[in-house]
Amino acid sequence: MKQKTLFSISAIALLLAFVAGILFYTGQKEKAADQLVETNRTALIRMHSPSVGKSDAPVVIVEFFDPACETCRDFYPMVKQMMAANPDKIRIVLRYAPFHTGSDKVVAMLEAARRQGKLWPALELLFAKQSQWTQHHAANVDEVWRLLGGIGLNMEQMAFDMTSPEIANVIAQDLADAKTLNVTMTPEYFVNSKPLPSFGFDQLKALVDEELAENHAR
Amino acid sequence: MNFTRAPERIDAMPNTTSIGWTLIFSAWLIATVSTLGALFLGEVMGNTPCVLCWYQRIAMFPLVLVLAAGLFPFDPRVVRYALPLALAGLGLALFHLALIAGWIPESIKPCQQGVPCSNVTVVWFGFVTIPLLSVLSFSLVVALLLTTYFKGSK
Repeated sequence: MKQKTLFSISAIALLLAFVAGILFYTGQKEKAADQLVETNRTALIRMHSPSVGKSDAPVVIVEFFDPACETCRDFYPMVKQMMAANPDKIRIVLRYAPFHTGSDKVVAMLEAARRQGKLWPALELLFAKQSQWTQHHAANVDEVWRLLGGIGLNMEQMAFDMTSPEIANVIAQDLADAKTLNVTMTPEYFVNSKPLPSFGFDQLKALVDEELAENHAR
Repeated sequence: MNFTRAPERIDAMPNTTSIGWTLIFSAWLIATVSTLGALFLGEVMGNTPCVLCWYQRIAMFPLVLVLAAGLFPFDPRVVRYALPLALAGLGLALFHLALIAGWIPESIKPCQQGVPCSNVTVVWFGFVTIPLLSVLSFSLVVALLLTTYFKGSK
């Protein structure tokens, strides 16, 4: 009888310690993540970062993404829908985090397309046809080139722009900022400089709604 | 004449049983703390376990259930079932420790893909690493099990 009590108390105590450890650790981690953004605000948005939405929109979503990332592709229409549901309230800023092999070349193409005013059609096309040009988590650059040839870009100019040092700098800066902000997976979102407490579309929506409500109350 | 020994034995029985029980219970405590610790390091802190870590987990996790099953009712034969797991785990943990210490050359490393086992992700107080903790846990469990075995057979 005494042994059973001892065993049960130990088991419960260990489990409680485990759960308490999880709560403490995740709490600390969230605090550290908030702190990290707080001290590195300049790394969040750069002058060169492409964005959509009114410049004075009350809610700014910063998204670190990789064109070859499947989850980024899946989130894209959902975020777009969220923006459509709250016209003029949300601005999205894109940051490049080309973690997949070959993705940096794809980002260079997107930036080159941007110089011809076709960043968004190019990005939407790449997301739509993503399965065609990504294999085993690597980007097939030739296939991307072929696909982008179909949206009326000046491909000769593209080939020239792609290798420009400015574009290389943009990619290097974004990767450096991702490192500073401890972005290790894509997509990563910051809503009005706040990181998601945990990853998921519901969490993103909750944070956006919270910020929208706060703005409404003001 | 033989009768004089009998009462002694009856007295001795619950005593060795409770010592044995306490020893196995201690081994269970160590296995449980190690299991929860491994889960915390892996799942909560996000340190991806390497291949050798997984093999050590395979030896450690079942000990929690096997040893607990041997406690109610107390069955000294639990040593027979738990010791092979604990010894296998100890062997793997020692191998892992030798690997990160560099005593074993690169070519016999069993894991090339994913997280290399020679990577040291956690160091506390400058010398405590996860493989060291693993060696410590498995050694303690083995020692407790062997003590139970020899106490019981006396």
